[in-house]
Amino acid sequence: MPAKRIIACLDVRGGRVVKGVKFEGHRDMGDPAELSARYCADGADEIVIYDITASAERRTIDYRWLAGVSAALDAPLCVAGGIRTIDQAVACLESGADKVSINSPALERPEFITEIAAVAGSQCVVVGVDSRRNRDGWEVFQYTGDTRTIRSTGRAMLDWIAEAQDRGAGEIVLNCMDQDGVGEGYDIGQLAAARARLSIPLVASGGAGSAEHFAEVFARADVSGALAAGAFHAGRLTIPGVKDALAAAGVEVRR
Amino acid sequence: MTVGVIKIGVGNTASVLFALERLGAKAVLTDDPRIVAECERIILPGVGSALFAMTALAEKGLSRAILEFARPVMGVCLGQQMFFDSSEEGDATGLGLFDGRVTRLKASRATPAPHVGWSRLTKTKESALLEGVADGAYVYFVHSYVCPVTEATAATAAYGETFCAAIENAKVWGCQFHPERSGKAGARILANFLAAPC
Repeated sequence: MPAKRIIACLDVRGGRVVKGVKFEGHRDMGDPAELSARYCADGADEIVIYDITASAERRTIDYRWLAGVSAALDAPLCVAGGIRTIDQAVACLESGADKVSINSPALERPEFITEIAAVAGSQCVVVGVDSRRNRDGWEVFQYTGDTRTIRSTGRAMLDWIAEAQDRGAGEIVLNCMDQDGVGEGYDIGQLAAARARLSIPLVASGGAGSAEHFAEVFARADVSGALAAGAFHAGRLTIPGVKDALAAAGVEVRR
Repeated sequence: MTVGVIKIGVGNTASVLFALERLGAKAVLTDDPRIVAECERIILPGVGSALFAMTALAEKGLSRAILEFARPVMGVCLGQQMFFDSSEEGDATGLGLFDGRVTRLKASRATPAPHVGWSRLTKTKESALLEGVADGAYVYFVHSYVCPVTEATAATAAYGETFCAAIENAKVWGCQFHPERSGKAGARILANFLAAPC
């Protein structure tokens, strides 16, 4: 089995890494190039750079800037934010992204998943899903980068991830919005339910606050990777610290 | 010295160029067989599907340029797969530099496909490719098809099944994983390739 992946996510707004709580109230956490290189050196298994306002502002990431960040990294880089055409996806891949993650544009036009997969291969296509609990289960949200644009899609999360997989996604990153930035642990129930619906890898996102949270999500939701942002930026957690704790708990990690 | 990185479609070729540049190598991205022929060594990265990539190589005259290339050549990911005789993916005919057929990774509940992540290498023979890389080192994989283990296999990895992770026969090298995104182990493998005698 591959080692469980510890993924450092950088939410970027206006060229700076920011962190919010439940997708609101963002604070400045540092320079993206500096932070991504540091996480890489610390042993992050993957870096995600997410331009959080791109989709709502109908633009995508700055390719030259992306190339500059990517050139220093020796771990895989996934890029997200406003990618809604094949040309944009291709430009990201040709500017140093190893994978592109699509979220709102995939909800606007689900066939976009298939189109990117046909051009670049499913392994390059990550579908990010932002979901929140409702009465019946979990519901998918869209344009979550800005409180003025965020809206429910009315889609059930479990149906949407299954559709994304069928359409050619190579991996799903499930952002559990109710847990985001709170640091009280991943949404195990939601992630385990998602895992049961998928045959492609699933990455957990939202809620990491301690090394035990990582151990718990791997043991109980059987995800392939766990993503964290704020806990790493704020220095509450370090990647080597998380990996040491996971290894001690019997989880295979790359060290 | 110039390393030619063959461009045949859409993929993370920039990552390969950046990794070579980090090692001080001069790298050029090209789909021109004349430029390929002049390079000191070449890398064939993997992009798209096997059938698409093999067709593109043939149409651009690159299959022949690779087969006639007498200096070190390395296939990465799909690039390694294309060095074999054939692939189950689109029933593509490969370059035939290595014996055997590439098959679809057997996915299961415990091993969702594609295989994405860092898995360990198990060395199966001494090789220049893996010189200085520890047995059991983690490298980064992203793939849905696997190459068979043959006498040329330098290391295997396991994900649902055991497959050829690295291969070496004289000046033809292959990696199923992505050395350009595989930390220090990957950098060492690329440095070994850059140091391989022409």
